[in-house]
Amino acid sequence: MTNSLDAYLILAGLLFAIGTFGFLARRNAISMLMSIELMLNAVNLSIVAFGAFIEPLRSQGAVIALIVMAVAAAEATVGLSIVIAIYRNKRTPLVDEYDAMRQ
Amino acid sequence: MIFDVLIPLIAALPLAGFALTAVVGRRLDKEAHWLPVGMVLASWVLSMIVAFSALTASGPFADGGYGVKLWDWIPAGTFNVQAGLFVDNLTACLLIVVTTVGLLVHVYSIGYMAHDAGYWRFFAYLNLFMVSMLILVLGDSFLTVFVAWELVGLSSYLLIGFWYRKRSAALAAKKAFIVNRVGDVGFALGIMAIFASTGTLDIRASIEHLISGAPLAVPLPVIALLVFTGAVGKSAQFPLHVWLPDAMEGPTPVSALIHAATMVNAGVYLVARANPIFGRAPEVMVVVAAIGIFTAILAASIAFTQTDIKRVLAYSTLSQLGYMFAALGVGAWTAAIFHLMAHGFFKGLLFLDSGSVIHAVHDEQDMRRMGGLWRRIPITYWTMLIGAVAISGIPPLAGFFSKDEILGEAFKNGFLWVWAIGFVVAGMTAFYMFRLMGLTFWGESRVDPEVEPKIHESPPAMSIPLVLLAIPSVLLGLAIGFPPEDGLLHRWLAPVFEETEQAMGRHAAAYQFFGIDGVLFIATVGIAAIAIVVAWRIFGVELLGLRLRPRRELATDATTANGLTRFLYRASLNKWWFDDLNDLLFIRIGGRVAMFLWWFDRTIVDGAVNGIGALTGDAGRGLRRIQTGRVQNYALGIALGLLVMAGSYLLIVGR
Repeated sequence: MTNSLDAYLILAGLLFAIGTFGFLARRNAISMLMSIELMLNAVNLSIVAFGAFIEPLRSQGAVIALIVMAVAAAEATVGLSIVIAIYRNKRTPLVDEYDAMRQ
Repeated sequence: MIFDVLIPLIAALPLAGFALTAVVGRRLDKEAHWLPVGMVLASWVLSMIVAFSALTASGPFADGGYGVKLWDWIPAGTFNVQAGLFVDNLTACLLIVVTTVGLLVHVYSIGYMAHDAGYWRFFAYLNLFMVSMLILVLGDSFLTVFVAWELVGLSSYLLIGFWYRKRSAALAAKKAFIVNRVGDVGFALGIMAIFASTGTLDIRASIEHLISGAPLAVPLPVIALLVFTGAVGKSAQFPLHVWLPDAMEGPTPVSALIHAATMVNAGVYLVARANPIFGRAPEVMVVVAAIGIFTAILAASIAFTQTDIKRVLAYSTLSQLGYMFAALGVGAWTAAIFHLMAHGFFKGLLFLDSGSVIHAVHDEQDMRRMGGLWRRIPITYWTMLIGAVAISGIPPLAGFFSKDEILGEAFKNGFLWVWAIGFVVAGMTAFYMFRLMGLTFWGESRVDPEVEPKIHESPPAMSIPLVLLAIPSVLLGLAIGFPPEDGLLHRWLAPVFEETEQAMGRHAAAYQFFGIDGVLFIATVGIAAIAIVVAWRIFGVELLGLRLRPRRELATDATTANGLTRFLYRASLNKWWFDDLNDLLFIRIGGRVAMFLWWFDRTIVDGAVNGIGALTGDAGRGLRRIQTGRVQNYALGIALGLLVMAGSYLLIVGR
């Protein structure tokens, strides 16, 4: 089981599940963003693993992972600035209080 | 071409008069009549020029008529209507009547309406009516005619309801408009059927196509019947006759112009104009004749007992229009137009006379409160006597020639029943007219003693038109109807009706004075003369006292008579209960049906629509709860959805 594709995929799956749980369960907006990062990285891990273990994908895996990183960075920037903007208005990082969409 | 300008101007001048008077009339106040009267005078001059040119077949009219195309009115693919005017000999005859009577009524109104607050409004409406009527007779497509048809209806509505503060006038205007609409629907359907069958609305082109024998989308008799429905409405024939007597609520010049001399002739004109269609639908012709002659005797019988001077004349108008339709129905086209023209003049005269009488006795219309007026208002009396003699059919006045011709042709074309009823109606006509004369002018005065000293002859603006109208009432028959069946009018109208008469297999037999025609002549004049003598005996002098009593006692007199007389008297007095029948059918029963439909609409139709709306609303209101506005709830939804999709993929496809 060591150093096989399955091991990487299981790890990626666990990380993704943790990220999902964190996104759904944490009330703090910053934590939710961190959870998203976790999910993205889990996916990245699986992509790199596919690239490393499956011959036809060797050349593409790393490239896709890099693109995902770039997108993740951009997403984090935008997400964080949105959270800060909301925080300035609402004076709280807790998403439960962000119920303007309901009004 | 000079006529390209003259013909449109005939209608355009009154239109300008209407528009200007409508805008500035209020400021002109008592001077408001100059413009409208001037415009109608100019229109009359032009009409005379055009009619003369047409009837002498000179210049561009040599080829059976002359048309002016004005502009492309509705260019919409295959539906193409041009606005155009067309003058042939039939139109020319109508032009003469419409503009002559129209002009004289305009002049008369200067005197009659002098003290009315709505003076300028009245003249504006009158001009509007003149435009509409002129377009109606001039229009060269069915659609143009239909628009004018509606416009005369509108101006008729406006003028009947001229004294709109009077409730009865407002109601009568509404009644006239609504009853007319029933006929108009038929006419509109007829026009649609014509377009569907021929692809054009130009009168001549579509008629040519209709009679060419080509297969039609709608059978010819149906088209004829629909067009006739329109004519029935406008010319107030049974069963749509109920509006005309009520229309007498309008000012008397209106009754003379619209409800006697011109508008009500529109139906006769329409049928005459469409004569090739009717000529090829003999079964419809029988319907036309039957409705015409039935209206004639029905209206004449009602006229017997009416006490309102204008209402007697209104029923008389119905009766004479019935004659015209009977003439059309038996194929006596020329006789119908002849009677139309003659009737236009003498009935216009009679109405204007009645207005003069009403004016003289200070707005009293009840003949039971008149009597003995002949010395006091001689011009009115003598002109009205001329009108009464003319309508009674005493030679050599206008009405004799036209009526004799109608009856003669009915007899000779084999419509014996039409002749027989028409013969009786001729006697009835003479009787009720001289009943009217007797009650109004002869015997002792029953005028209100307070009004009695103030009775005066009408001003010149009113009496001059009376005299001028009396002239054609006397001479028209001799001028254009003599010798019988070969007069000027027959030669004028021959091009219009010739083709149809041939198609119907009619060949004009020579007029035999010392033969069948002579017998009919003597019979017709005889019954009219007898009726006049009887009326004179009853209402003239001796038995006047009997009629002096108020209506209820008079009714009691009739009750003491035997059953049939009593029934007939009541029937006549109550107009054969047609108003009550309509009330029952359309107000009570129709009202119930309408109420039911209203309920159905409210509960079932609206219920279904509202139900669907309410269902959607409730569903939305329920589903709204899941929209918490919390981002994590939505994310959970996404995650679960993803899980379900991925799971089902694995279960179904991945296996």
